[in-house]
Amino acid sequence: MAKGKQSSVNGRKNLTVRKEMMMKGGQECRSSSSCAACKSLKRRCSPNCIFAPYFRAHEARKFARVHKVFGASNVSKILAEVPEEHREDTVNSLAYEAEVRLRDPVYGCIGAIALLQAQMLQLQHDLAIVRARLARYNAATSRAVPVPLLPAAALPGFPISDAMRSQTLLQGHRSLCTQEYQQQNEKGDDFQ
Amino acid sequence: MSNSTRCAACKSLRRRCPQDCTLAPYFPSTNPQRFACVHKIFGASNITKMLQQLPVHQRAVAADCISFEASSRVRDPVYGCVGIITQLHQLILVAQRELAEIQGQVALYGAQQGQEQKRMAQSQVHQYNGPIWFTTSQQDPPHLD
Repeated sequence: MAKGKQSSVNGRKNLTVRKEMMMKGGQECRSSSSCAACKSLKRRCSPNCIFAPYFRAHEARKFARVHKVFGASNVSKILAEVPEEHREDTVNSLAYEAEVRLRDPVYGCIGAIALLQAQMLQLQHDLAIVRARLARYNAATSRAVPVPLLPAAALPGFPISDAMRSQTLLQGHRSLCTQEYQQQNEKGDDFQ
Repeated sequence: MSNSTRCAACKSLRRRCPQDCTLAPYFPSTNPQRFACVHKIFGASNITKMLQQLPVHQRAVAADCISFEASSRVRDPVYGCVGIITQLHQLILVAQRELAEIQGQVALYGAQQGQEQKRMAQSQVHQYNGPIWFTTSQQDPPHLD
């Protein structure tokens, strides 16, 4: 009789412990399976959620920026149109674009493009001068040394007026264009 | 009161275009494609919010930049205008390398020319001394009578 009582008490204890473990495990499952997008949108994160691989639970700010600028449904449509192997790059470029647009609501990425175009024009100008000097030396020493020529093709990008270029330079877009900034962004540092 | 001609945004959204439509000045009915790109990538309400947050004198430039970003993203859904930034970075690196190379060549030629000029100057001094000494030595030898 005593044994029977003991075994039923133990059985109840085990049931309680099992229940607690299940509840804890269930909670953990729920929080770890929700991506940053579904957490933000306050919805259940399905197993085939299109955002989940690219907006992990700790990347809430990354999703917030992208959602604010593009909107979750637009991002979802863009991702659906792109092959799976390119989706990570797509998300990273959208995140970068959103961050830049939030920093500079007027020019966004165009400011960065303007700065790089100005830098490129300066380099092309310097190259022309130095090539001319080299050609003079070669003529003087009558050495037929071929000078490699960088084709002076049109620069890719926005047809930016001088006024816009000078305005964006004044706003100090240098920091947006450096490799260090891009690398920092890839590491997932939060935009303040 | 609505505009007699709806703007591209209101036409696309199938609504009345009010007199004070935020989007009308920047998305005229003559260019429906411009709004279509922007609507596809950013969404009409996001664009309206973005433009409303800006002073009026900056909205035209902002609309142009947003349109460019949207059309870049439609053309290249993976990288959008970030692809252009990457391309420009690459071009700048190539140009900087070429500039450094040619500047190095120019510096080398400059140094070589400088050395040649020095050598030429030194050889001219020796030639000047030679003949005088030689002439002197060839002056009439003393007669031994």
